[in-house]
Amino acid sequence: MSYNWNWGIFWQPAPDGTGVYFGWLISGLGWTLATALMAWVIALSLGSAVGTLRTTPVAWVVRLGNAYVEVFRNVPLLVQMFLWYFVLPELLPKALGDAMKQMVPPWASFWPAVLCLGFYTSARVSEQVRAGIQSLPSGQRMAGTALGLTLPQAYRFVLLPQAFRIILPPLTSEFMNIIKNSAVALTIGLMELTARARSMQEFSFQVFEAFTAATVIYILVTLIVVFGMRWVEKRVAVPGLISAAGAPQAGH
Amino acid sequence: MTRFSAVFVALAAAGALSGTALAQEGTLKKIKDTGTVTLGHRDTSIPFSYYDDKQKVVGYAMDICYKIVDAVKANLKMKKIDVKLNPVTSATRIPLMANGTIDLECGSTTNNLDRQKQVWFTITHFVTANRYVAKKSSKIKSLADLKGKTVVSTSGTTNIKWATEENAKRKLGMNIIAAKDHAEAFLTVETGRAVAFFMDDILLYSLVANSKNPSEWAIGSEAYTVEPYGIMLRKDDAAFKKVVDAAVRNLYKSGEINKIYDKWFLKPVPPKGINLNVPMSAQFKKVVANPTDSGDPKAY
Amino acid sequence: MFSGFDFDVIERSLPYLFREGMTFTLTLTAMAMTGGIVFGTLLAMARLSSAALFNVPAATYVNLMRSVPLVLVIFWFYFLVPWIGGWVFHKIYLLNPQGIGSVLVQLFGNAVKDGQTIQVGAFWSSVITFTLFEAAYYAEIMRAGIQSIARGQVSAGQALGLNYWQNMGHIVLPQAFRNMLPVLLTQTIILFQDTSLVYVLSITDFLGAAAKIAQRDGRLVEMYLFVAVVYFVVSYTLSYGVKHLQQRIAIIR
Repeated sequence: MSYNWNWGIFWQPAPDGTGVYFGWLISGLGWTLATALMAWVIALSLGSAVGTLRTTPVAWVVRLGNAYVEVFRNVPLLVQMFLWYFVLPELLPKALGDAMKQMVPPWASFWPAVLCLGFYTSARVSEQVRAGIQSLPSGQRMAGTALGLTLPQAYRFVLLPQAFRIILPPLTSEFMNIIKNSAVALTIGLMELTARARSMQEFSFQVFEAFTAATVIYILVTLIVVFGMRWVEKRVAVPGLISAAGAPQAGH
Repeated sequence: MTRFSAVFVALAAAGALSGTALAQEGTLKKIKDTGTVTLGHRDTSIPFSYYDDKQKVVGYAMDICYKIVDAVKANLKMKKIDVKLNPVTSATRIPLMANGTIDLECGSTTNNLDRQKQVWFTITHFVTANRYVAKKSSKIKSLADLKGKTVVSTSGTTNIKWATEENAKRKLGMNIIAAKDHAEAFLTVETGRAVAFFMDDILLYSLVANSKNPSEWAIGSEAYTVEPYGIMLRKDDAAFKKVVDAAVRNLYKSGEINKIYDKWFLKPVPPKGINLNVPMSAQFKKVVANPTDSGDPKAY
Repeated sequence: MFSGFDFDVIERSLPYLFREGMTFTLTLTAMAMTGGIVFGTLLAMARLSSAALFNVPAATYVNLMRSVPLVLVIFWFYFLVPWIGGWVFHKIYLLNPQGIGSVLVQLFGNAVKDGQTIQVGAFWSSVITFTLFEAAYYAEIMRAGIQSIARGQVSAGQALGLNYWQNMGHIVLPQAFRNMLPVLLTQTIILFQDTSLVYVLSITDFLGAAAKIAQRDGRLVEMYLFVAVVYFVVSYTLSYGVKHLQQRIAIIR
């Protein structure tokens, strides 16, 4: 038996009466981006805070920050997804848990997915932020405090503005990761791009067309982000400062 | 961009696969050559194909499949055939059949004309109907009560397709969640994330019977569609289908099917030793008397 | 808080979880790591080659794998590998039916001879998927490792009359591996966690085994918490070990 190709499938009506299969994929892309962007807000703000705290001279704060990172880094994303979706509502007071579970789809899977991806990525962002701050000469912090700045002020005006510019390339790849990782949310029922491609396959039986389309869309998104960020990197580059790109790092 | 242009070259190369190079030849020859047959099985299609309390795959469809394997063995005059088991889900079973990962799919797959464009089915081994299950406390009496509510079904099934189409046609405004398998879908209703689960009624009976509190569940009185189950095999493999069909027909003619049926539907079954107590339906009795592999619900 | 919980369910299912589930997870991790590092190193060498014939396909491959979600790749390969494998092996068979062709027939059966799809089960499909996917990540690490070796060493090797493979095998790669060992191991810890995604194919890995019990007994909370703890303990211990290794290597260097 040979495979029956049908590239016209994208323009055939989808069974839910909302239009054609191509529309399914676009709606999937929309949810992928929405999930990734919302999670990125959490990841960036929490990650920056934790990363910054881990460079302070207060030992217990540093230890707490390290523990935070270890917890989120050493449990698989899929397991974390299940913890947010299946386990958390059962541990909360009943009324709150029920309210979480009874949110109208897609919100009941969207919000756990956003929180899960946000916290998971925040641990990785915090590693970058910490590395960025620590890559600055320690004289900078001392000079800041010697000028009469308080420690928070030194961070706000001296350390963080430089650190963020240095770590822009690794942050870009973290942002790419959050887009890709959002596909894991299909396990809790979020109809993002990969889930849409899969259900298109189930309904139309055109496996390879559906997955090819999803793959091409992911590649286009990657290209747009990479080229966009390259432009931003050039705009904000600090003359004379080497960026943190190129340091080999495990991950995805 | 050049490095990415190569991607499209690769995709075009994949397109070349559509040629005759991959024309699938007989499964019989493959079984003879390799001495093995791979059965696709399910996780939680109780009592058709599922893991028992010892995590072994058992079930009504599995028993029928083993009988088919015996018949194939006799037909090929082989001393022994190794049986390999490969788990499938509703979503993966058809592509995995098409790409040769599994040779027979032993589960609870509806035989319909749409699917016959992708795969073939042997003689029907059960006839069920599409219904919903809901908690009694939610007071759902009909489809109209589900308007605007959240419902669930298993992804890749005829049931979710029916629900999706019906939802659009009747403008019910239901939110439909797709679950990975039947247990997960049932759990979705049990934990209150959805109010009803659309599935074949026989699977719903077993899920309810095996649940923590069977008395809190109610299965809808209206049957929406007729779902004849068949064991899947590869399309356009007439020689294999002939042997498989003959094996199932023999089971029906010899009355052996009654023994297998009773074992799974009228006696206690694992994992909890619950007796489903579902006698053979008139529709299926008709199939046993006059075996058919029709994918048209009107034939039942 | 845990009053209504049944932690007994974990104890009852321990043999199954570890004998079946964890064994699958660890075997898959070990095989994909080995294959991934070997293929990844080859990719890195190809990428650093000055010949477009090698560096363009290698770069394309690495960038493609790195822009697509692993979940999508898992689906792709599960459905596609038998087709591609059958097609590729058939072509190889036609080129050389006696030699390598007959080996392929031995390994994959007459399907190779007849140009059919080859049969790849769930386990091997996962091994292939993770090997090919993680190779793209290992490749980037090895590329950095190879680049970290001073040019002078390569030139010195050439001056001694070593060819490319001798130079790579005796001088560059051993040092690159050593320098990159901590990062390679960290990537392997990530691979170990990533294998949990075979859950989407209903394969019985550690998470898959736990999910089956959880759903059958309606004990999601207990099982998923237990799974999280086990993954944490294993990954944390390993990463702690890597940290120590890193310090030791750093001192020697």
